[in-house]
Amino acid sequence: MTLIIPMANPASVTSGIRRYKGDWTPVQAAHLLRRTMFGAPREDVDHFLKKSPKKAVRELLQNDHPLPAPPVNNYNDDKYTDAEIAPGADWTVSLKYDGMNNGRRKNSFKSWWFGLMVGQDRSIREKMVLFWHNHFVTETNTVDNALFCYRYNVLLRQHALGNFKTLVRAMTAEPAMLRYLNGYVSTKAHPDENYGRELQELFTVGKGPGSHYTESDVKAAARVLTGYTINYKTFTTSYDPNRHDEGDKQFSAFYDNHIIHGMKGKEAEGEVDQLIDMIFSRDEVSKFFCRKLYRFFVYHTIDEPTEQNVIEPLAKMLRKKDYEVVPVLEALLTSQHFFDAANYGGMIKPPVDFTVGLCREFNVPFPAASEYVDQYGFLEQVRNQAAGLQQNIGDPPNVAGWQAYYQTPEYDKLWISSDTLPKRNQFSDRMVNNGFARNGKKIGIDVVAFAASLPNPEDPDKLIAGSVQALYAVALSPEELQFIKSSILLSGLVGMSSDHYWTNAWVAYQAKPDDKANRNTVTNKLKNLYRHLLDLPEYQLL
Amino acid sequence: MRRRDFFRATLPVVIPSLINGVSLKALADSPFLRTVARGAGGDRVLVLIQLSGGNDGLNTVIPLEYYSAYHSARANIALPEDKVLRLQGFDGTGLHPAMPELQQLFNAGKLTIVQGVSYPQPNFSHFRATDIWLTGADASQILPTGWAGRYLDQQYPHFPQDYPNTVMPDPLAIQVGSLVSPALQGPALPMGMAISNPNSFYDLIDDKVETTADTRAGDQLAYIRQMAVKTDQYAGVIKKAAQKVTKQSDKYPAAGKNPLADQLKIVARLVAGGLKTRIYLVSMGGFDTHARQTDGTDTTTGAHARLLARLSEAINAFQDDLTYLQVGNRVMGMTFSEFGRRIQSNASGGTDHGVAAPVFVFGEGVQPGIIGVNPVIPDHLTVNDNLTMQTDFRAIYSSLLEKWFAADPAETAAVLLKNYPTIPLVGEKV
Repeated sequence: MTLIIPMANPASVTSGIRRYKGDWTPVQAAHLLRRTMFGAPREDVDHFLKKSPKKAVRELLQNDHPLPAPPVNNYNDDKYTDAEIAPGADWTVSLKYDGMNNGRRKNSFKSWWFGLMVGQDRSIREKMVLFWHNHFVTETNTVDNALFCYRYNVLLRQHALGNFKTLVRAMTAEPAMLRYLNGYVSTKAHPDENYGRELQELFTVGKGPGSHYTESDVKAAARVLTGYTINYKTFTTSYDPNRHDEGDKQFSAFYDNHIIHGMKGKEAEGEVDQLIDMIFSRDEVSKFFCRKLYRFFVYHTIDEPTEQNVIEPLAKMLRKKDYEVVPVLEALLTSQHFFDAANYGGMIKPPVDFTVGLCREFNVPFPAASEYVDQYGFLEQVRNQAAGLQQNIGDPPNVAGWQAYYQTPEYDKLWISSDTLPKRNQFSDRMVNNGFARNGKKIGIDVVAFAASLPNPEDPDKLIAGSVQALYAVALSPEELQFIKSSILLSGLVGMSSDHYWTNAWVAYQAKPDDKANRNTVTNKLKNLYRHLLDLPEYQLL
Repeated sequence: MRRRDFFRATLPVVIPSLINGVSLKALADSPFLRTVARGAGGDRVLVLIQLSGGNDGLNTVIPLEYYSAYHSARANIALPEDKVLRLQGFDGTGLHPAMPELQQLFNAGKLTIVQGVSYPQPNFSHFRATDIWLTGADASQILPTGWAGRYLDQQYPHFPQDYPNTVMPDPLAIQVGSLVSPALQGPALPMGMAISNPNSFYDLIDDKVETTADTRAGDQLAYIRQMAVKTDQYAGVIKKAAQKVTKQSDKYPAAGKNPLADQLKIVARLVAGGLKTRIYLVSMGGFDTHARQTDGTDTTTGAHARLLARLSEAINAFQDDLTYLQVGNRVMGMTFSEFGRRIQSNASGGTDHGVAAPVFVFGEGVQPGIIGVNPVIPDHLTVNDNLTMQTDFRAIYSSLLEKWFAADPAETAAVLLKNYPTIPLVGEKV
């Protein structure tokens, strides 16, 4: 099907990074949470509303959350029992890999990671892990070892709120990345240009207007990077000076014709530090990185006012702070620009935001860690939904990440197609209707509990308004709200004088939940309400 | 009303599969094909008009036969005897003065009145009573499916997986003006789709997407809405059917003046445009007239009169249009409401929830007349007295299924979960 992309030209947002001093209502707080976490559950919104925007952002950026417990063996089945790792035990201590356990552990790893998002703390950390994953892409299908995948993910989380340059350095020697971009087979005789290229094109200086590195820079970087191998006994990186190209590496005018002089022995790995220092000496790195942050957290298109008022000052700050990301995130997330009302709902939810956000907003109860088989099983079911919607965590489509974050001019509109839009609706319909089941357990949306968590659910106007505010980044028109009230909550009754029919039904249900007919009335109306609200295009906006 | 994506059916959109051969084979034994083979019912359409709120039947169809008892039961809202519209051949019964068009349709033999429709142990809750009517349940029974949904599921098995297909390329049922009714709920999914706002219908025909704000969010919304229309498996056939009809009756009021007429106008267009859709649902609200249902000085005016005037105007324009479009012989319609209202009026010039009420059945194919007798108003009337049931509403469903849709009695009993007597709603000549 050919798509006609509407050539609308949404108004430019010209505000800059001066601190936001405006309203701090559920609208702003939910905007902050939707963008920095997955979904904006009401309890979290209420929590942050008690603070100032600045304190709220600082809390989200706090970097003292302990690292999560590692994934466990959830994967024994009728065809395979892990003889080494007991059921429910941490499998990341194992150094034995074979055709039977590797795929199962990779699967376990992905569900574990998905579970960290579903069960996230009030922190930006998991959103940043996803950001970094999309920045320093690896694919589990290519890396093809569960332990590498897990350790790569741990690295992202350790540095999620750390230093960009430090992470580039660490990533350069990370086994998963060495596997993914062939660094582990790159030798002086046959330098592999893959990492040397992507290091510049995708990870640091980018391809923006201020980036002018050359093909010879790619070749020179590839030579610098020779020497890494992987030790498959310990599943760690080792440096082999015999594989390293000891010659001098000449870089282009873009790097001021810098020469990295060839080194020998174990010391030669120091050339990598020099390479990264040289790359980071270009201001373009900070700009490229801030543009990427902007596209991930604010809006897909960066026009001239945004470049000047947001990107450039943030990039300058990033350089000044020696590539620490927290100050830059704080500046962006507390800025007038970020809280500019014109940005609310301006993004289309990536599938992970859509699926994880839905689970969190409706407080969908996953089994406890002690029921790890079902817990991982349910997480896998929802994770597969996100994958079907074209965001398969751990396996972006290619080294550039998910197209929605970079592909002009469609950007995040790419998430919505004639295939994925019905699938999104089917997922939310299913979560409202019957949810997902396994082993006699069920996860899904408890519509009554959700309605009860809102202020004055007995008042149909407040119930709908509260639901819309809790679920949408944008408002609905009064006509639409009226339509929803009349056609869903009031069975076609119209006029203010009919509101009490819903009120009576709700109150009667609270008083006598065993009255089957009334329970049926209330739950069916609420299911219709939430199916409808989650099916409307507004729910796809972030 | 500015609802936007009306077009996305609440029916979860299912990617059409098995468009040809295989699904035809799957359908080969369906009762529907047998119906087609029988040559009756297969191209017939049923239009259900829901009057939400509980229509005051006594002030809709007036028992002139018992006028004084009628008047004394509700003096503050009773219609003057001389203003009540007379029905040919039925001196004891008349219509509300706001419905001259329905009077003409009755006198022309295109309208049948079924008196005293209800069910045993009637329920006075809007929600529950509505569910009972829409699902076809007993008062004590909770059914997860709608009566029309069960019929469609029986006639079109394997919906939605095997649809659309060459035998049924069109929606099985279409709701116009609101979300898909529980009446259309099938065993797993709604058996119909919704055109929940007339504007969206015309937007579709004109290839327009409702405009959104010139903002970042508005730009994204416009895109998603456009995709929703593209994704709708039935958007194409509906558009094509609508485009075949370029002129309709001039009896419809201007758009927006009479929402029911706006809805029925779309129904007529789709029927005449060739959709094979079997059942349409339309609705109007406002019938919950607890207070001031008439104007104090003139009981022929006021809120209830305005509602009935719209109903009458809309049905008449629709009927005229069907004739004009030469599909009048294929369409039958019925009105219903979740209950009637109390015999006695209340002090605030309105009526409270009641029981039995008349149902209108209209179309060229009706057996004209009145089924049942004028409701008897008891002596020594108390505020709690109600009109008694004469006909179970499911006997109407049963009659329409058997005599209009040519279902056999076993099929009808399977849909309605019981045997109900048929009543002479459908004329012998059709």
